[in-house]
Amino acid sequence: MFPTPIAKKSRGFQLTYQAVLPFALILWLLPLIAVAMFSIKPAADFANGNYWGWPSSFEGFTNYGKVFLESNMPRYLLNSMFITIPTVLGAVALSSMAGFALGIYKFKGNLFIFFMFIAGNFVPFQILMVPVRDLTINMGMYDSIQGLVLFHIAFQTGFCTLFMRNFIRALPFPLIEAARVEGVAEWRIFFYVVLPLMKPALAALAVLIFTFIWNDYFWAVVLTQGPSAQPVTAGITEFNSQFRAAYHLMSAGSIVAALPPVAMFFLMQKHFIAGLTLGAVK
Amino acid sequence: MSTVTPTSRSWYKRNEIALTPWLFLLPAMLFFAVYVIIPIGQSFWISFHQWDGLGEKTYIGTANYERLLGIGEQNIDRKFETSFWNNLKWLALYLLAVPAGLFIALFLNQTVRGIRLYKSLFFFPFVISQVVVGLVFSWFYLPREGLLNAILGVFGAGPVNILGDPTLATYGIIAAGLWPQTAYCMILYLTGLNAVDPEQVEAARLDGAKGYKMLWYIILPQLKPATFIAFVVTIIGALRSFDLISVMTNGGPFGSTRVLSFYMFEESLSEFGFRMGYGSAIAVVLFFIMLGFIGYFLYSMWRDEKGAR
Repeated sequence: MFPTPIAKKSRGFQLTYQAVLPFALILWLLPLIAVAMFSIKPAADFANGNYWGWPSSFEGFTNYGKVFLESNMPRYLLNSMFITIPTVLGAVALSSMAGFALGIYKFKGNLFIFFMFIAGNFVPFQILMVPVRDLTINMGMYDSIQGLVLFHIAFQTGFCTLFMRNFIRALPFPLIEAARVEGVAEWRIFFYVVLPLMKPALAALAVLIFTFIWNDYFWAVVLTQGPSAQPVTAGITEFNSQFRAAYHLMSAGSIVAALPPVAMFFLMQKHFIAGLTLGAVK
Repeated sequence: MSTVTPTSRSWYKRNEIALTPWLFLLPAMLFFAVYVIIPIGQSFWISFHQWDGLGEKTYIGTANYERLLGIGEQNIDRKFETSFWNNLKWLALYLLAVPAGLFIALFLNQTVRGIRLYKSLFFFPFVISQVVVGLVFSWFYLPREGLLNAILGVFGAGPVNILGDPTLATYGIIAAGLWPQTAYCMILYLTGLNAVDPEQVEAARLDGAKGYKMLWYIILPQLKPATFIAFVVTIIGALRSFDLISVMTNGGPFGSTRVLSFYMFEESLSEFGFRMGYGSAIAVVLFFIMLGFIGYFLYSMWRDEKGAR
């Protein structure tokens, strides 16, 4: 293990390390702690210039209550849900099929198609922006949830296929050969042999895509406008102009907006990290 | 009828292994072609036109590019120049996330009580959306209310308005971007460090290697896959930077924080009318910059593929 395990060091070193850890953490999360602190302060503290002192009263419930009851925030959160969940399902479904095709079968152009998916996943969004916006308008889906979902599914398929294909490639191939010898139809091999083995990959991708899509801002701005379809990342700008300079409410709002992926991460940490490393670092 | 069905079925049966992959690929390829591959071509096409996004496109040849790069008797587009240099700054400074991530990973790679929670808390800036990171940092930098100036005040340093100062604003935004990116690199290295072969480390230790020498000659070579991914995601992230700029400064002050991705958006959907053709030309330039990196990434992956066989 590197660096040398702390258990082999002197007692003094161990104690210093244990003492430094929390300080390092606080320093690392300082901007976030500041926002969390803002979000429970009363408005009066800002008027009095008490920015960094102890809150004069605890107003967490009032502030967060206002976010939920007096703004469009619930609407935006709901939109984000309606955008994120279908995208996750769609992208995972498409890419597990594509990954199966690319990971199991040998055919001409296999590697070329695979590299096409990888390359497409790295291109700058801006080169897609004008045509995709145009296409969405022509399909009558501008400023709609479906328009965003369709694009997100298509774009995320690139990354997901990379991930799925590499995962399926690592599965024991004799399993598939055995099924073939038994005369099992190819599509049944997918559903009954490969899919059950893919559970960890499916979970990893699902959490990862959930986070990516929830946090998307660029496409939300390009393809939607207004509270009927905008997700929370885009809606927060409108929220902030509604509560201009009311730092306690803006802070509460941004914490609410950031929370769902954070919750997802803490609930499914193992899968999340497996997904992030693209399965390349085990 | 009864004679046709068995032959057609047997035709499928005979070619099942050749046909199945294409059937499975079809939906993904269709989506990807319509929304990714074809639009890339269309953007190239649009970049040779003048187009407001609604009416007819007017073909103007390479005029957009000439205006952008200042070919002929015109000067180079000043906004483009600023954006380009800022992109380079982003690229160079964003890569600091890789060594910083390694440093934190080494710091946290211990087994003490509660270390798992520490690791996840260190990682968690990455999970927050860039929009919120941008907001959090722009409040952190506020000249009057911001915590940064409150801290500087304790040390007697005067208040600085980072996002209001054209010479500092870009660096302020990059610092905000480094925060989640470092967390990402950290987690890559932590998983990598987990897989380091303990026997090699012990053997090297018996040979008297330690500290920097151990890190450089024994550990880093084993972390190569993690380093590769860290570089890929950091370079792509640097060139994609858009959210933070849009949220924190909206390109200002005086356009000093624009990057190509932001400038393209601004031109295409600006309040002064949509200049889709000019925007597409900027996107094409950005695309070629990225293509250099993408080509290199694909080449290394392809080499690994060949090696795996």
